[in-house]
Amino acid sequence: MIYLKLFWSFIQIGLFSIGGGYAALPLIQNQVVELNKWLSMEEFVDLITIAEMTPGPIAINASTFVGTRIAGIGGAIISTFGCVLPSLIIVLTLAYFYYRYNQLTIVQGILSGLRPAVVSLIASAGLGIAILTFRGNSTAAFNFSDINLIAVGLFTVSFIIMRKFKPNPIVVMIGSGIAGILVYLL
Amino acid sequence: MKKDFKTYWTLFTSTFFLSAFTFGGGFVIVPLMKKKFVDELHWIEDREMLDLTAISRSSPGAIAVNASILIGYRIAGFFGALVSTLGTILPPLITLSVISVFYAKFRDDVVINALLKGMQAGVAAVIVDVVINLGNNIIKEKQAISILIMAGAFIATYFLNINVIYIILICGLIGVISTYKRNKPDRSANKE
Repeated sequence: MIYLKLFWSFIQIGLFSIGGGYAALPLIQNQVVELNKWLSMEEFVDLITIAEMTPGPIAINASTFVGTRIAGIGGAIISTFGCVLPSLIIVLTLAYFYYRYNQLTIVQGILSGLRPAVVSLIASAGLGIAILTFRGNSTAAFNFSDINLIAVGLFTVSFIIMRKFKPNPIVVMIGSGIAGILVYLL
Repeated sequence: MKKDFKTYWTLFTSTFFLSAFTFGGGFVIVPLMKKKFVDELHWIEDREMLDLTAISRSSPGAIAVNASILIGYRIAGFFGALVSTLGTILPPLITLSVISVFYAKFRDDVVINALLKGMQAGVAAVIVDVVINLGNNIIKEKQAISILIMAGAFIATYFLNINVIYIILICGLIGVISTYKRNKPDRSANKE
């Protein structure tokens, strides 16, 4: 039952991605690429690229993208619903307690342990993406001659610009995309 | 609490347009929500919005979705929460379904392929930049336990391939225990 599988996977993504932004990344990779093999690592990196370029949270974008590709528009709706369901339940419960007792010590405790862990999880997912970008192929055995020097160059320039000028990330991505067209095609 | 059609409609259109035209995720959209619901519509007070932001950041899921659930709930109860959630998720749902349908087709296009390949290098740079900023913040706090968790979690996920969900559960538990241990002396001091 593919709908049920999608629903359950995205409930887990919604439930365990805490901290916003990129925190959903390692969970999506884990569920979609590693456990269920719905997307290849290449498609996953494409998904992240597309998600970065379009409005809306990464997790919602991922639910729709994976859902549509696996089971059409129904799959997209089921996955997205699964993704927001834990939020609906937990946020409303927390709001209730917050207004009633005005303190959330246990939540603060959970967060103090999660914040450093989430950094590492994002780092690990980011490393996977960077390595794939540099090699262009995730399945073949590692070989130094496979390294895509153009990608390494684009990465380095983008990284330096990010650190130095702190622009809107979208500017950097569009810039390196256009540079990609120029370098790969000309 | 208002519950007429006009309130639901305003809630829906506000969240829909905020979600449709905001690039850059939760940390960008929440300040825009504040502008709309606090400064323009005067539905929520300034201080309360700060509390709602804190809850939406510390809950599971996307920050933008969490914030809109809370705003909808404050304004029009449970159905308000449903309406504002729908308003927030519909734009990415529509955009991404259209893109996924065409994805297979345009992935093989030479120009799109080169564009995506170039953009991937940019995305990787952006993520590495984010990680460095987040990691620096943790290290600056000079809490040994946080740095240990960070190192442990990285080894567990990258080298040992341990399931992300277990890592999150265990680190959350460590956080709860260490917070309660740290708070204990304060509490007994308060009693005296």
